[in-house]
Amino acid sequence: MADDDTKTPLLDQLEEGPWPSFVSEIKRAGTKSPVCGDLLGQLEQSYQEKKGHWKHGGIVGVLGYGGGVIGRYSDLPEKYPNVAHFHTMRVNQPAGWFYTSDAIRTLCDIWEEHGSGLTNMHGSTGDIVFLGTRTDQLEPAFKKLTAAGFDLGGSGSSLRTPSCCVGQARCEWACYDTMAICDDLTRSYQDELHRPPFPYKFKIKCSGCPNDCVASIARADLSIIGTWKGEIQQDAGATAEYAASGLDIQTDVCDRCPTRCMTYERGTLTIENRECVRCMHCINVMPKALRPGTERGATILIGAKAPIVQGALLASVLVPFVPAEELAETLKELIKRVWEFWDEYGKNRERIGELIQRVGLANFLDAIGLDPAPEMVSAPRDNPFIFYQTDGDGH
Amino acid sequence: MATATAKRITDIGPPHYEKFLHPVVKKNYGTWRYHENIQPGVLCHVAESGDRIYTVRAGSPRLLSVQTLRQFAELADRFADGYLRFTSRNNVEFLLSDREKIAPLIGALAGLGFPVGGTNNAISNIVHTQGWVHCHSAATDASGIVKAVMDVLYDRFTHENLPAKLRIALACCLNMCGAVHCSDIAILGVHRRAPKVNHETLPRTCEVPTLIASCPTGAIRPATVAGKASVEVVADQCMFCGNCYTVCPSMPLNDPENDGLSIWVGGKVSNARSEPRFSKLAIPFIPNNPPRWPEVVEAVVNIVDVYARHARKFERMGEWIDRIGWPRFFELTGIPFTRYHLDDFKHAGLSYARSTHIRL
Repeated sequence: MADDDTKTPLLDQLEEGPWPSFVSEIKRAGTKSPVCGDLLGQLEQSYQEKKGHWKHGGIVGVLGYGGGVIGRYSDLPEKYPNVAHFHTMRVNQPAGWFYTSDAIRTLCDIWEEHGSGLTNMHGSTGDIVFLGTRTDQLEPAFKKLTAAGFDLGGSGSSLRTPSCCVGQARCEWACYDTMAICDDLTRSYQDELHRPPFPYKFKIKCSGCPNDCVASIARADLSIIGTWKGEIQQDAGATAEYAASGLDIQTDVCDRCPTRCMTYERGTLTIENRECVRCMHCINVMPKALRPGTERGATILIGAKAPIVQGALLASVLVPFVPAEELAETLKELIKRVWEFWDEYGKNRERIGELIQRVGLANFLDAIGLDPAPEMVSAPRDNPFIFYQTDGDGH
Repeated sequence: MATATAKRITDIGPPHYEKFLHPVVKKNYGTWRYHENIQPGVLCHVAESGDRIYTVRAGSPRLLSVQTLRQFAELADRFADGYLRFTSRNNVEFLLSDREKIAPLIGALAGLGFPVGGTNNAISNIVHTQGWVHCHSAATDASGIVKAVMDVLYDRFTHENLPAKLRIALACCLNMCGAVHCSDIAILGVHRRAPKVNHETLPRTCEVPTLIASCPTGAIRPATVAGKASVEVVADQCMFCGNCYTVCPSMPLNDPENDGLSIWVGGKVSNARSEPRFSKLAIPFIPNNPPRWPEVVEAVVNIVDVYARHARKFERMGEWIDRIGWPRFFELTGIPFTRYHLDDFKHAGLSYARSTHIRL
């Protein structure tokens, strides 16, 4: 390659400015890896032409797995031979994205030896993403990963790597043990994770409270969001501290409550807990004074997805409340029934949310053996086109 | 085989998280009582036991070299007893048991070029996708735009001076790896021309019935071209989702002059105050302009600035727009309202105004 081809005047402009630069990262990795020079070269060409230069997919992987590796090939392999193959390995992250420095070094050593030395920490679904290697390096990298206690994540029509928020490890709001549930589900469904059995992808995400730090309600086929029953725990002394420090509790807390279930009079905060929708606002504003109630568990929602194929969906309520201690067992039973139904009726590339839209929530509930509940809808139907059943009364 | 091989290890799952937990985290697991904000990017969590753990959060470009990761590991060893974690928005967090080490750690991070911030009413890191760095269906690059936008919004990351949280996300095509569709501001790569069918390669690379079924609008029809089974695209029915290209590589949509960005606003994921909701279209199209996409940066900064000036305390972008109404949003931001803002896909009518509640 001529010297001129190795110059990247456009990308170099992305090394300027205060925010850390991905171009600098690629160059750093390039001090050890010849792959990165060609990656920069091809990317520079994309910047010149306003067009990507990666070829579509390709089926590559490690022995016995149907997922976890994303095949990627350059469409300019002669010009950039070092990225002719540039496959991604998805490595299943530890729950909560916790590491020791030694674990990070182990991952770095493996990826420096068998790949580009470039990573994403982390991919959108949650995996550690090892960015770019050749087909012949997949199996050796996998062997080293498993020897170090790591395994691959999901891709294609599989269970995608479950992910969770920091949960009870460092958050007072976690209403169930998100990391334990996420880890348990990940271990329980290794086959579904590694050998794609479904019509399309299936994502599970665990958030400890309705703040939903892993955006489960927006993108998880099965969204598990912590919540509680009963009264918000109050610490009157701490409430007084917040007031004394200048917080306008009436305006900033009570008036922002979506159901106006709180009043603040003469230094006393009163909560009508029956009206509380567990939105978290008051608790977010006064974490020292207010905490979720003691009877904790989760709401299970189903069917969120991004736009492809039939349009984006937010998840909707499937089970309004499951006590924390029953959560693992309930989830596994539900997952079994949902997957059976999806397997039977789902069309190719039809997410569970789209299938529910197609067959109707009532039919879906019948199939998985749940009764309808008013918590599942924002309101009952407003159209009178009812498919009355001739052999029942709809209950 | 002549030689015996070691048993191949498979299906072990990730390492158990417990061995990666800081001793203070492990001891107080599930018994955290409250937290305090020390300064932007620094949190202090207090346990029932009275123990405290300090979190220092730093922004990263997400795309990280092993060299930089090793530096993070070294920082963890020097300041955080060897423990670190990452957040759902690609920030790195160091967990400290010693408050005295916060300032030196922040200094060391600054020395390496990593800003501390992204907590509370700051703009956190931009969640984004692969773009031209690693994706075949990208209508734009991801990392480059994120870098250009965050360079300008840098002070909004290091300061908590917005009315509420503000979450920006970028996806380089409609596949939307990541939850960009529920962001305060979403930057979305879009194609605008129908796929160009490669009749040469299609018969041997794609299954025609699957390809036809992949189109949400039924725009793909079977056709015989030069005696071979192929397809044709009814251009008027194509809304450029790219699903056909995902199932069939002979249907490329990439088009340098017509690919670009769209901007969406007012979505949220959290249940706090108002319900989670989708982002809505603000700007239908901005051309790709690498390496720094100045028009995109300007558009995002304008929306952030107008929001910061006009929203009330605790109002997320969408909640602010709820209060002032969409006409005022377009007026204040100076963004033109066009035919593209009117939904014409499924359930389109749900977004039509069906009342006289109009701010005149």
